[in-house]
Amino acid sequence: MASTIRVRATSNGDITEVQALIQHPMDSGFVKDAKGEIIPPHFIQQLTFEYDGKSVFVADWGGGVSKDPYVKFSFKGGKKGDDLKISWVDNKGATDTTTAKIQ
Amino acid sequence: MDRTDTRFSAPRRLILQGIGAVALVGLGNIAFVSSAFAAANDKYPEDAFKAKTEADAIKALYGKTAEASDKVKLDAPEIAENGAVVPVSVTTTLPDVTSISFLVSENPVVLVASYKIPAGTMPSIANRIKMAKTSNVIVVVEAGGKVYSTTKEVKVTVGGCGG
Repeated sequence: MASTIRVRATSNGDITEVQALIQHPMDSGFVKDAKGEIIPPHFIQQLTFEYDGKSVFVADWGGGVSKDPYVKFSFKGGKKGDDLKISWVDNKGATDTTTAKIQ
Repeated sequence: MDRTDTRFSAPRRLILQGIGAVALVGLGNIAFVSSAFAAANDKYPEDAFKAKTEADAIKALYGKTAEASDKVKLDAPEIAENGAVVPVSVTTTLPDVTSISFLVSENPVVLVASYKIPAGTMPSIANRIKMAKTSNVIVVVEAGGKVYSTTKEVKVTVGGCGG
């Protein structure tokens, strides 16, 4: 099954830059649909990045993060070919995980 | 055996018992506090996302008030044409950064995102946020146990809450 997570992690030897784009509606719960009914909140609450078994970045999100959320950060270390594990959980308890290779 | 039992006079024993009792209560408090710290490290900051003001959100996240800092650089557009997708990024020269958060003062939920920065991760983040209308964007950085912030007003032409 295709993952909702698209990641590009590139290492310049010293620092690894990570960009992630995730498919998710990120409904805040404040928007009404065409019938005038509130679209219930449905958004990723926590997104985690792990390298070498340790957390390198944790995002705690609310409904104020844009749809199909994007985030970019960098961390020291990370070698080409190594794995970076990304997981998220949303307010409905749904989850997705993927592992990307650092380029 | 008799002599060692009555090493302390009655008042001193009472005081020591009292201190012991307080210490036990204190230990109980420590358990609460340490679990709060442990929770703070990986738990989703539910309360902070319920806060109605920036000050309350920052207090809920970091337990302190933020002081303005020119060492926190917030990059956001002067005018956001699409309030549903406003690219905002931050970088800071402050050392020992442990967390960075983004708030939008006029949003129905003031706290938009909070990030945990373990040692070894750079204190620079780019993300995309929703803005309901023209508002201050506030970025908060927790560094070295203290909390700093920078604010920028972003004008919004088309609101990001579907209106």
